[in-house]
Amino acid sequence: MSHRFRHLLGIEPFSAEQITFLLDQSKPFQEFQRHPLKKLATLRGKTVALAFFEPSTRTRISFSTAASRLGADTMNLQAEASSLSKGESLLDTARTLDAMKPDAIVIRHSSSGASDFIAQRLEIPVINAGDGTHEHPTQALLDALTIRDRKGRLDGWNVTILGDILHSRVARSNIHLLSKLGSRTTLCGPPMWLPRELECLAPNVWRVPNIEEALDGADVIIVLRVQQERIHEPALAPEEYILEYQLTPERLRLARSDAVVLHPGPMIRGLEIDPAVADGPQSCVLEQVTNGLAVRMALLFLLLGAAPTEAKDPTHAAY
Amino acid sequence: MLLIKNGRILDPASRTDAQLDVLLDGERIAQVGPSLAASGAEVLDAAGLVVAPGFIDLHCHLREPGQELSETIETGTRAAARGGFTAVCPMPNTQPVNDNASVTRSILERAAGAASVRMWPIGAASVGSKGEALSEIAAMQQAGIVAVSDDGRPIATARLLRQVMDYCGPLGLPVIDHCEDSSLAAGGVMREGPRSVRLGLKGMPAAAESVCVHRDIEIAALTGGRLHVAHLSSQASLEHVRAAKANGLPVTCEVTPHHFTLTDEDVTYDSRFKMNPPLGSCEDRNALLQGLADGTVDAIATDHAPHHPASKEVEFDRAPFGVTGFETALALGLAELVHSGRLPLMRLVELFTSGPARVLGIERRIAAGAPTDLTLFSLDHAWTFHATDSASRSRNTPFDGRAFRGAPMATIVAGRVVFRR
Repeated sequence: MSHRFRHLLGIEPFSAEQITFLLDQSKPFQEFQRHPLKKLATLRGKTVALAFFEPSTRTRISFSTAASRLGADTMNLQAEASSLSKGESLLDTARTLDAMKPDAIVIRHSSSGASDFIAQRLEIPVINAGDGTHEHPTQALLDALTIRDRKGRLDGWNVTILGDILHSRVARSNIHLLSKLGSRTTLCGPPMWLPRELECLAPNVWRVPNIEEALDGADVIIVLRVQQERIHEPALAPEEYILEYQLTPERLRLARSDAVVLHPGPMIRGLEIDPAVADGPQSCVLEQVTNGLAVRMALLFLLLGAAPTEAKDPTHAAY
Repeated sequence: MLLIKNGRILDPASRTDAQLDVLLDGERIAQVGPSLAASGAEVLDAAGLVVAPGFIDLHCHLREPGQELSETIETGTRAAARGGFTAVCPMPNTQPVNDNASVTRSILERAAGAASVRMWPIGAASVGSKGEALSEIAAMQQAGIVAVSDDGRPIATARLLRQVMDYCGPLGLPVIDHCEDSSLAAGGVMREGPRSVRLGLKGMPAAAESVCVHRDIEIAALTGGRLHVAHLSSQASLEHVRAAKANGLPVTCEVTPHHFTLTDEDVTYDSRFKMNPPLGSCEDRNALLQGLADGTVDAIATDHAPHHPASKEVEFDRAPFGVTGFETALALGLAELVHSGRLPLMRLVELFTSGPARVLGIERRIAAGAPTDLTLFSLDHAWTFHATDSASRSRNTPFDGRAFRGAPMATIVAGRVVFRR
């Protein structure tokens, strides 16, 4: 079956069928989050290494919770506690973790390609939880699940992504996914973070520097965090960003009335998004968080559990 | 006495391409002619081989002194000999920097015992290559340097470049510049373009090089000094050099085999594809191929930059810049330039011999009385390059496992065969 895969390093290498399959597999895990007893034995005895070389709260907790709800144990490595400060290389750290025999490794790292680098050198499945400014595939999957839930399908939408596109791994993963699934993506943000090369990333991607124009007729709006820690260039004054690119209720009215708003978090209210929009009826931010658990459970189940063709409802094997 | 028989002599300086024998007498060529005989001479049968003047590499890093884990004068020059080079010009960015005569002398003393080929060191233009004060250029010249450069980085300011070019003019030393606008290139790890955006790697725009090439040409015009542009990699830079030459300025440039073979589309997260200047676009590569053919480019130089495996076996953005190059240079030239029909063989040989010689203000030819530095190579010898077989201490090459047609078969330095395949 072409649905099989060994690693999740990015959305780019995946086919539309593989993505749809992953989203379908997430469905039972979405329902599972509403169970009163949230513990399965599916991956009992398995261990997932969480190697976070970059500060992360929500993605790390999401993966850790996903693993634990499947019955798997986790090994946690955090940047501040790691041996990196002692000069150990990424490869040595990864090999050390590997020697403790985890069944998969989830890696978050500030260097683009870090998960790729590890996947080529270890035998176990590698899941990319964000590599530099390259990809953040589980974020795109949970965004897609959220869009599909709210809007019924993933093809044929006008999706607008707002923010620092050049330095956003969330944007890259979403651009690949939405293009493969048949939606159109409009990219909008400060021009120096909106190079024309972005239009080469995938078919049906356009840049529109003007926010009013970019929001016109949008079905889905993805607001990116202003990632000040990843900006190498002289930073843009926050006041200037708010003036030109903040998603306000007035601007949101330019989109379709049934448009939905997504944000990968953490949000800076009052900077990239007006609180009224963040808390408004079109906002999906909390659904995104719950869907993140479902997507990551499905992913761990597929990579560590039974072959998907043999799988019955994986949520039935409760403790 | 060594008699090289039945070879095809290719001598760009005299435009000779003929079946001739060469009789070597120690450090000088005794005779060149058809069907030579010399009683008592050792005979080297060069049937089926090209006999060219000894190849010169204007640009390499031998890491000694200071980084002997990556390379030494002994291992680096052995790799150079295997690549057909009879003379190499090591850049001064060693530890300590070759910015004074005592470092130059110690390098040459070390080479006298350990080097397989001739060492023509390049001295630092500024003290410590820091871009502040002029280094002891005249003293280094007396000790044996053939050019100055702050390679690894550009000569920091236009003002310093002006002083260096003024100072080097009467000495007859070319000033070699690693052209890069540091503010534009800052933080970059590959060429800026569709590929860097796709990989999420910080790009350096092509203009980071060409802005500096343009600056340097303006200073060359101001001072009348000899400017040589190192590892030129972009179409815009090449256009600047072409225009400068058309205006009669004494400006030359070199291109590396990796830049005329690969493009940024070949870059993956494998740090063997990371070098500075980074691989350019397809248009840049095509422009370089054109420049190699039409004479705008003066020399092929390897920019052999060995790095210990541990230092390259890291995340792409943390890896040092540089690839090794001695042992694949000729084979890549044959594959990409000659077998592909882009350049006549004579032109390729010129780019390895009389071209770089002219940059240094010397002659390179096969004639009675000339030095006995010769490179013998095959046009069709089939072989596969394996980095693990390299004489270099390092393995950081993007060409590991590549199959080639044509290779250096013998390298002769000062009448001695230093390499034989």
